[in-house]
Amino acid sequence: MEKHNPIPEDMYREHILELYKSPSNFGTLKNKTHEKTAYNSVCGDEVTVQLLVKDNIVKDIKFSGSGCVISMVASSMLTDKIKGMAVDAIKNMKGEDVLGLLNMKLNLARVKCALLSFEAVKGALK
Amino acid sequence: MELNNQTAKALKNDFPIFKHNLGLVYLDNAATSQKPSSVINAVKDFTERDNANVGRGVYSLAERAMKKYEGARKVIANFISADSDEVIFTRNTTESINLLAHTLPSILPEGKNEILLTEMEHHSNLVPWQQMAKKHGFKLKFVKIKPDFTLDMDDLKNKLTDKTAILALTFASNVLGTINPIKEITNLAKSKGAMTIVDAAQAIQHLPVNVKEIGCDFLAFSSHKVLGPNGIGILYGRKELLEKLDPFNLGGGMIESVGFQDSSWKTGPEKFEAGTQNIAEAVGLAGAIDYIKKIGLEKINSWEKKLTDYALKRLKEVPGIKIYNPGTDSSVSLVSFNLPGIHPHDVAELLNEKKIAIRAGHMCAMPLMEILKAKSGVCRTSFSFYNTLEDIDALVDSLKEIQKKFA
Repeated sequence: MEKHNPIPEDMYREHILELYKSPSNFGTLKNKTHEKTAYNSVCGDEVTVQLLVKDNIVKDIKFSGSGCVISMVASSMLTDKIKGMAVDAIKNMKGEDVLGLLNMKLNLARVKCALLSFEAVKGALK
Repeated sequence: MELNNQTAKALKNDFPIFKHNLGLVYLDNAATSQKPSSVINAVKDFTERDNANVGRGVYSLAERAMKKYEGARKVIANFISADSDEVIFTRNTTESINLLAHTLPSILPEGKNEILLTEMEHHSNLVPWQQMAKKHGFKLKFVKIKPDFTLDMDDLKNKLTDKTAILALTFASNVLGTINPIKEITNLAKSKGAMTIVDAAQAIQHLPVNVKEIGCDFLAFSSHKVLGPNGIGILYGRKELLEKLDPFNLGGGMIESVGFQDSSWKTGPEKFEAGTQNIAEAVGLAGAIDYIKKIGLEKINSWEKKLTDYALKRLKEVPGIKIYNPGTDSSVSLVSFNLPGIHPHDVAELLNEKKIAIRAGHMCAMPLMEILKAKSGVCRTSFSFYNTLEDIDALVDSLKEIQKKFA
């Protein structure tokens, strides 16, 4: 018998769904210095990240686009995390760090959703 | 045997996947079908008893392998009412279309510089033509779809002109389910002297496909969507056209004679079958066709229509649901939809909790998603004859629960 691997039930738990409905840092920046859009080729979603970098520090960050629960919540948490961080420290961040923020066990197909905004941030700061 | 809810349920026993995944509600048949034991055994038996390379050996075993391989070609040719020497083994529909996109330019008549496709094409019948058009200076045009998700035939008649070199279109849409009036369309194309190519990947498992009656020049499909193994596909081509075409892949098995500076090709399908082919899988595909014939394509079609009808009726119970389907009579057995405000990925993931497998995303039809205004893609549920009314009940009941979760 093959094992069925559903997502842990708590992935769609209430506070995650709340964050999905009203994510942090959603919108656009007037005074951005960096910007990048990342695409998810599986569903066609895109997320755009805009940053305001001053003295090598991310002073402000916003993201926009549409996405699934995973990608929206991950974008919300990631942008919260890196606001105020040094650019070099962000460049040293790895995918696992972002997945760690989410603290969910994801199916392989959804890892791309979780890392979409991170990909945009990395691209913007390149 | 008549196909109904009881017999469909019993047919699941022919498919080992359901034994190894208890409770699986498999509604992603348009992506790939499950395989009956008879197909799995056909591949296994060939490998265990008859395996040798084909077209080369003189010993008995090689001869037996060759007979099985060519026998498979005959079964497949017969299934689509073609002659055996009009059936080429490829890897899949995509490779079949790529073969054409690479080899057709040299035999197209001068003065024709347009390729006509439709807005509902799968990437596999779009991207190869984009590259071909760029390389050889052709212009791509697209037949529109109507708000009822059927092809706009008036638009087709307008866009099909004396300049149309190729009309390539899908028999049935992998997103909308729409069955196109393929015979009428090939007739129109012929009257303008355009070459016709039919992508039958989503039709072959549901509808009788008769290339002579359709009157197309080429037709392609994949084995894995019609109960057969992966890695084998078919390209049908009219004999006189295949004779004119240059080979696509070059190497062993497809040559007549080779010198240091030049070579000549075999005639017939072998010209297009360079290198060792997926022999066991070809035999497996013939096994799949035998299995389908045993049940009967008409019975399959009739039961799948009942499933589609039931699915459309029940899905409409879900508040606010957006359904992208032209209705049972104009559709193969698949229904795409979106729940308002819920991303297709989330729907599919939550259905997975209930062991329900559906497809979510752009379905390899990104331009069509733009037209449908489904930026994040759609949810697609697709039925085979082994699906039951209970499978659809499980789907719809779960969708209603998901909606509550997001409310």
